[in-house]
Amino acid sequence: MAEAETKYQQPDDKGHFGVYGGLFVAETLMEPLTELRLAYEKYMVDKDFLAELDWELQNYVGRPSPLYLAERWSRELGGAKIYLKREDLNHTGAHKINNTVGQALLAKRMGKTRIIAETGAGQHGVATATVCARLGLECIVYMGQVDIERQAANVYRMKLLGAKVVPVTAGSATLKDALNEAMRDWVTNIDDTFYIIGTVAGPHPYPAMVRDFQTIIGREARDQIQQHEGRLPNALVACVGGGSNAIGLFHPFIDDKDVAIYGVEAAGDGIETGNHAAPLCAGKPGVLHGNRTYLIEDNDGQIIETHSISAGLDYPGVGPEHAWLKDIGRAEYVAISDTEALQAFHDLTKIEGIIPALESSHALGYAAKLAPTMDKDKIIIVNLSGRGDKDIHTVATLEGINV
Amino acid sequence: MSRNDMNRIATRFELRAKEGRKLLIPYFTAGDPKPENAVPMMHAMVEAGADLIELGVPFSDPMAEGPVIQKAMERALEHHVSLKDVMEMVAEFRQKDTETPVILMGYLNPVEIMGYQEFAQSASKAGVDGILTVDIPPEEASDYVKAMKNEGIDRIFLISPTTTEQRIKAINDASGGFLYYVSLKGVTGAGHLDINAVQDRVSTIRSLTDLPVGVGFGIKDAESAASIANVADAVVVGSAIVKRIEENLDSADNAMKAVCELLTEMRQALDS
Repeated sequence: MAEAETKYQQPDDKGHFGVYGGLFVAETLMEPLTELRLAYEKYMVDKDFLAELDWELQNYVGRPSPLYLAERWSRELGGAKIYLKREDLNHTGAHKINNTVGQALLAKRMGKTRIIAETGAGQHGVATATVCARLGLECIVYMGQVDIERQAANVYRMKLLGAKVVPVTAGSATLKDALNEAMRDWVTNIDDTFYIIGTVAGPHPYPAMVRDFQTIIGREARDQIQQHEGRLPNALVACVGGGSNAIGLFHPFIDDKDVAIYGVEAAGDGIETGNHAAPLCAGKPGVLHGNRTYLIEDNDGQIIETHSISAGLDYPGVGPEHAWLKDIGRAEYVAISDTEALQAFHDLTKIEGIIPALESSHALGYAAKLAPTMDKDKIIIVNLSGRGDKDIHTVATLEGINV
Repeated sequence: MSRNDMNRIATRFELRAKEGRKLLIPYFTAGDPKPENAVPMMHAMVEAGADLIELGVPFSDPMAEGPVIQKAMERALEHHVSLKDVMEMVAEFRQKDTETPVILMGYLNPVEIMGYQEFAQSASKAGVDGILTVDIPPEEASDYVKAMKNEGIDRIFLISPTTTEQRIKAINDASGGFLYYVSLKGVTGAGHLDINAVQDRVSTIRSLTDLPVGVGFGIKDAESAASIANVADAVVVGSAIVKRIEENLDSADNAMKAVCELLTEMRQALDS
């Protein structure tokens, strides 16, 4: 009985994670969000739907992804054993596709023929365009003009996949503005359009639904570590922008109180400089993009531009469930600077022969600090959420090399 | 005059109903293009026939706005126009005009950061009569509604073409002042207004409320204003006005003149 009482169960039926989350949208979206919630509730327990999802994840995405012991890197750091959950080996090179496959299958069941998405670095846009090509769905991706210039290769990938990439010039012309623009499209085209949000933010049911599509990461990792080590890990580490890869790893372990959970935000040039993307470490609660959560904002409630070397972490908000896990103390949120992330990027590449995404390099950067403080018989699982091929250009430019 | 002495919104709707006239409600973004333009613009609008002024509070991420109002907000934010500044503009307006109701239209975060209660108290003191917050549905609004009610601030909520009858009832329960029907699926300034569909929806809304019903989104000129006025108690005009401000960024006088011309035409069309 006592055990059942303490079991973690969020959100409530209105989409609240404690005081966070919820449904803060313009009236026109209330009805389509209700329609989406009902479909999500129906299909997440529908055997046919789950079997179809499972088949796609196995045969199209390439799941399960391996749980790999980074033996040389662990030895070099001189502490806990570090396992990497290899989401970088998924089709399209990141965890994003777990969610886009799920939402696109749901869109098909709902009879929606037009898919829209927002993207920052372009990873979610590519994952959405990929699935739309696979399922024969029309795909429109909103992307900030600044990001389009920074991520030309991903823009071209999306176009090759048949998607239309729409530049957004409003506001700071980055991810948050792309999200605003996608919302505006949705409000105008709700009858035939499904909006695939790429992270665990947005109005209910998105934070719960995207989480549910991403928990495959944590469920696999839980089984795999027990096969490898016969026990659960001592700590989990994942990077947090919106926080979908992190919640995907963390969620199946929340009731395992002995497993420490660390979410790693982007400290950019350093929290003290103000140029960062770390709302949980340095922001305060507010309402943006349909939910209540921690935000980077000024004293008037205006959203402030963020900075991170990693475009995927460059977002002023964070998923509401992370806000709640922080407040209840179940997860600890820390921040890693651009410099520290770059160091981890190089170390993993040289020592393990794995080029990590700059986003994931933040998680690796924290693991590199944490591991030496732990005994050699302790275990850390780091979510290697994506591969770094997309970042080669950024890293080379920083180092003054022309590729 | 204390806040309980009169309710300017109800008073104005009652007056116009007795006269058999419809309310004309112009919107513009406070501080667009410059903070010092706001109060003179408000007075000029009243002069040109505005019954109630909807003053936009600039926000960095205006998700329900089309490009015209987005740009207006960006122009205002270049001058860091805050919620507090907007209330000061209303207080200044009230020095000369104690009758024309003023509502603030904006997004939740600035109000949330100030605190509902502090906002409601300051707004009431400044002479604000109502608030329309685009991104707070009644489901999330119980503390907000309570705080506004305590200070006599009317809560204006949007009703859209997709709102169910059940939710219209819930919105009506949380509302004060009037109900605001969004005439189309889309953002502000969109262009596909269907008068017959609006008429059907407004009569459904009327069967579920005792409050007056205003209609906005997509009203561009005297003709569309007049046809909406046939079915609604009030006509809200936003992007068409902001467009005229945008076309006259170099001269506040010309902007005011262009806005007043449009309002005068609309006023005549509504009254004829």
